[in-house]
Amino acid sequence: MTLGGIDIVVLIASLMSASTPILLAAIGELVAERSGVLNLGVEGMMIVGAICGFVVAVHSGSPVLGFFAAAAAGAAMAVLFAFLTQVLLSNQVATGLALTLFGLGLSALMGQGYNGLKPPSTPDIRFGPLADIPVIGPILFSHDWVLYLSLLIVLGTWVFLTHSRAGLVLRAVGENHDAAHALGYRVRLIRTAALAWGGACAGLGGAYLSLVRVPQWAEGMTAGAGWIALAIVVFASWRPWRVLLGAYIFGGVTVLQLRLQAAGIAIPVQILSTAPYLITILVLVVMSARRGRAALGAPAALGRVFHASN
Amino acid sequence: MLTLEKRPNPSRFWTIVTPLLAVALTMIAGGLLFAILGKNPVEAIRTIFWDPLFNEQFAAYSRPQLLVKAGPLVLIAVGLSLGFRANIWNIGAEGQYIMGAICGTAVALAFYPAEHWYIFPLMILAGALGGWGWAMIPAFLKNRFGTNEILVSLMLVYVAENVESWMAFGPMRNPQGMGFPGSRNLQQYPAAANPELIPGTGIHWGVVAAGLAVLLAYALLKRHIFGFHVRVAGQSPRAARFAGVEPKRLFTLCMGISGACAGLAGLFEVAGPSGQITDSFNVGYGFTAIIVAYLGRLHPIGILLAGLLLALTYIGGEIAQLQLNLPASAIQAFQGMLLFFLLGLDVLSNYRIKRKGAQK
Amino acid sequence: MSKTELLAVDGISKQYPGVLANDAVSFAIAEGEVHALLGENGAGKSTLVKMIYGLVKPDAGQMRFRGAAYAPKEPREARASGVAMVFQHFSLFEALNVAENVALGMENPPKPRELAHRIRTVSEDYGLPLDPARLVGDLSAGERQRVEIIRCLLQDPKLLIMDEPTSVLTPQEVDILFKTLRQLAAEGTAILYISHKLEEIRALCDGATILRRGKVVASCTPREKTARELAELMVGETLTPPARRQKPPGAVALDVSGLSVASPNPFGTALQNVHLTVQQGEILGIAGVAGNGQDELLLALSGEIRTDAEAIRIAGQGVGDLGPNARRRAGLVAAPEERLGHAAAPDMSLTENALLSGAVRKNLVRRGLIDWTAARRFAEAVVKDFDVRTPGVGTAARALSGGNLQKFVIGRELSQAPSVIVVNQPTWGVDAAAAAAIRQALIDRAAAGAAVVVISQDLDELLEIADRFCALNAGRLSAPRPTQGLTVEEIGLMMGGSHGMEVAHAHA
Repeated sequence: MTLGGIDIVVLIASLMSASTPILLAAIGELVAERSGVLNLGVEGMMIVGAICGFVVAVHSGSPVLGFFAAAAAGAAMAVLFAFLTQVLLSNQVATGLALTLFGLGLSALMGQGYNGLKPPSTPDIRFGPLADIPVIGPILFSHDWVLYLSLLIVLGTWVFLTHSRAGLVLRAVGENHDAAHALGYRVRLIRTAALAWGGACAGLGGAYLSLVRVPQWAEGMTAGAGWIALAIVVFASWRPWRVLLGAYIFGGVTVLQLRLQAAGIAIPVQILSTAPYLITILVLVVMSARRGRAALGAPAALGRVFHASN
Repeated sequence: MLTLEKRPNPSRFWTIVTPLLAVALTMIAGGLLFAILGKNPVEAIRTIFWDPLFNEQFAAYSRPQLLVKAGPLVLIAVGLSLGFRANIWNIGAEGQYIMGAICGTAVALAFYPAEHWYIFPLMILAGALGGWGWAMIPAFLKNRFGTNEILVSLMLVYVAENVESWMAFGPMRNPQGMGFPGSRNLQQYPAAANPELIPGTGIHWGVVAAGLAVLLAYALLKRHIFGFHVRVAGQSPRAARFAGVEPKRLFTLCMGISGACAGLAGLFEVAGPSGQITDSFNVGYGFTAIIVAYLGRLHPIGILLAGLLLALTYIGGEIAQLQLNLPASAIQAFQGMLLFFLLGLDVLSNYRIKRKGAQK
Repeated sequence: MSKTELLAVDGISKQYPGVLANDAVSFAIAEGEVHALLGENGAGKSTLVKMIYGLVKPDAGQMRFRGAAYAPKEPREARASGVAMVFQHFSLFEALNVAENVALGMENPPKPRELAHRIRTVSEDYGLPLDPARLVGDLSAGERQRVEIIRCLLQDPKLLIMDEPTSVLTPQEVDILFKTLRQLAAEGTAILYISHKLEEIRALCDGATILRRGKVVASCTPREKTARELAELMVGETLTPPARRQKPPGAVALDVSGLSVASPNPFGTALQNVHLTVQQGEILGIAGVAGNGQDELLLALSGEIRTDAEAIRIAGQGVGDLGPNARRRAGLVAAPEERLGHAAAPDMSLTENALLSGAVRKNLVRRGLIDWTAARRFAEAVVKDFDVRTPGVGTAARALSGGNLQKFVIGRELSQAPSVIVVNQPTWGVDAAAAAAIRQALIDRAAAGAAVVVISQDLDELLEIADRFCALNAGRLSAPRPTQGLTVEEIGLMMGGSHGMEVAHAHA
């Protein structure tokens, strides 16, 4: 199956892989935002995850350990953010920016001397004959474990938010922290946990870039993926399955754009490269323009400072 | 157990002291970071903060550089600070800076090689318009559709960087550049150049503009009703509407001002210190200016001082790169840390720390 | 009625910065007793119940609950002991449904299906019908209160604390609530009922503890006292009702016709075809339960929401399409309900807050430049004329007490020689002396020829100062009637009666 010289099946299979970093970061951020905290530091957490995962994987020879390290590093960054915003009550927007700037700098510093190295590879899972089924095989049964994990996380997040008591409490905290506090819920603790989870997911997403997608370390290699993840959360109206949809659409645009570049189309490379960013803006516009009840997906306490006065 | 208690009035003392404390803490934490990297922390700190000004080997070069680097930082930060005060988050100054430079350069290249007195003023206008126009995209989308300006202005940075690279490789490439990417060097085109005005000081028109912006912003915030409206809108948006502020108009104005300032900074840079559009023309002034704005407490005078300090870290970083083999990115981590400490310490100006259960 | 002691509070004190909220407070409640905690705003009632509910820790003193020492560290513990609380400002989540809201207030909620079933059963047993699947944001204030009450009842509380429960109800809804509370008391649940409404307390409560400035000043059986006696115990001085004289009203100053606006808030109420006229020298009172369009009406009149030019006319001139400052120029001033954050910017000084709405009529800005000297003088004049207690006009608005800030806000508007005045909840959360001063000032402005619109949820206040009376119900305004001779029954019907609650009680 080809279209304009591009194989659709390969395109879909590769867009899933291309989307995974953004998907992981976005689904984590979704949980954090549902608890009422806007963490604009996703980009910073991703890139720190990318370098920590890379360094650990290179030294230990185990990509699995690398991913663990990435998740831990992302979570550590998020806890730093939580400390500033939840305990010291700093402005969430500014602190998120600081986290991104700090993460970019720190990762570049840590990554000195790792340029050009190759990490141990993360193999695709062998599904045996399943992988040979036409169309479905390459799309569903030809990926590495992290990609399947990312899908599981989406499923888990959905179950958690809609069907668990803890998820209900998390949503309540994001909806009205004063009321949640009055009922005796520990707003700051819950938010810190949600942020740490978001950071861990962002770290995984970053490591997926440096260990699977590229796979190499380069300064600033996230190139805005964290910001796109933030946009996808808005696109998804804070719903897990729509995050999946959103991430795959963006992955699709990215992959298509790369294929068009490779196909030597007569548009300057730089102009094609703007496509993911322009699409992000377009999608944001479409989502924001749909007002009314859809807009209520946003947690009401998002970004507001919580300070118990009693 | 410590608890926080909101102060009835923000503490003036801590408002002034926290930035200084943040700088001190950053030096300590930065020193630790360098120690971990295996560098001598004292030497690293001295190289970054002391040598640019007082080391005889470097001072001759780096003292004028202080103003050269502080100029764009202050100009952009002053523009951003108005919006930040009103909770308008233009994070895309870097993109507006690039677009200002591109538009200004386009004017210069259109006239090349003619020599007219009005070319440079036209470039200034084009630079401001370029930045303004780029900032109007998020402003329009926000006002018309309610789109989040943080994300849009940021996405546009990546777009602008790609446009810049395209310009350097394509339409603006110097036909006499022997195939190297990058535009003509405007410093070699007198009608379009932004030269050093007083030799040995680093002062060029951009530095003058930054100074003017500081004065203007100071007067605006202190005496003009627009400045008052900006402050009210940031503190309590509903009170601002009650006071007759049109949120959309304010948004457009603040975005426009910050965009134009960033565009101007880009223009002065491309016509002066940098000289040409290349694909690495922008060096992150637009992002660092965010730190400058905060470190300066969103106050024009504070921004002036903060801009000088961060300019110092830029130059110190360059020296440290040469002397100590520190990567350029170390400075970025340093700046991020500075912002962290500042935001964290801010709690001291708005809250009192109390031991739980203690009587007042 | 049993006399077994349920809760005893002994010498409880709590210090907040600058104020001793509770000073050695002691009282006791018996099982099945409806006990009133009576006091003015700021007397320390809320602090006291927050300590009983575990939200605030006392600095000194002890409590006993069912004979055992009781010192809840958090609400969870209080709930486990059998203490439940219905909050004054509801602790509800608008974007969640009724069942989810109820579940959040329970320690071990049953499965969703069973919970929904139990909500239905309990709500019908107590005459408080409620659909578990509805979004709380779509409910009326009265229905929201039902959610809170049912959340409490599902836990079989021994003690139910109710903080100002009737401030959001129509008179008919109050009757239904009282029936429910009496039923609960008869079943042995003690109720701690916080209010400053004296007639209600006389009708409902078996005993009362009266607080003034954090101290217990009296304990009594409310039925044996007159409302006036209770009021004097509560306030500590004899209050004189505001003086007013009848004067024939003048020409129409404010004319609103066919005003329909959407609410700026997702769960707000749209105004539908509102008509009203106010003449010079007249006070129009607009009653209504919270959330029936009061905020929207104020925004539409102040100019923060714009509409057709002709929908709102000041002295015959269409101003509906103009913003707040243009309307101020035309003579209209407004004081919104929310003092901090709407009528005043919390972190700004009184001088800056004087400039906030006074810029136009007091000529504080010339060609864009602010005349700070004049602004300060204006603020000082307001502080002096309205007896605002503050260290100076450089003080931040949020440092003032509620009553003082409200005096400043109302004073700022009234000092601008307006021809039309619109106020929303002018005395909400204000102590009695300040409330009396504010009401008197409004009456004086009317006497001087201004047309005054008072939107309030305090019926007593409206009956006291309004010449004509109408009510907002679901965004519609009833036809105004002269205040003289109105009965509580009639007022209740204007406010929307019982919003369909009485039907359910027939089964109870």
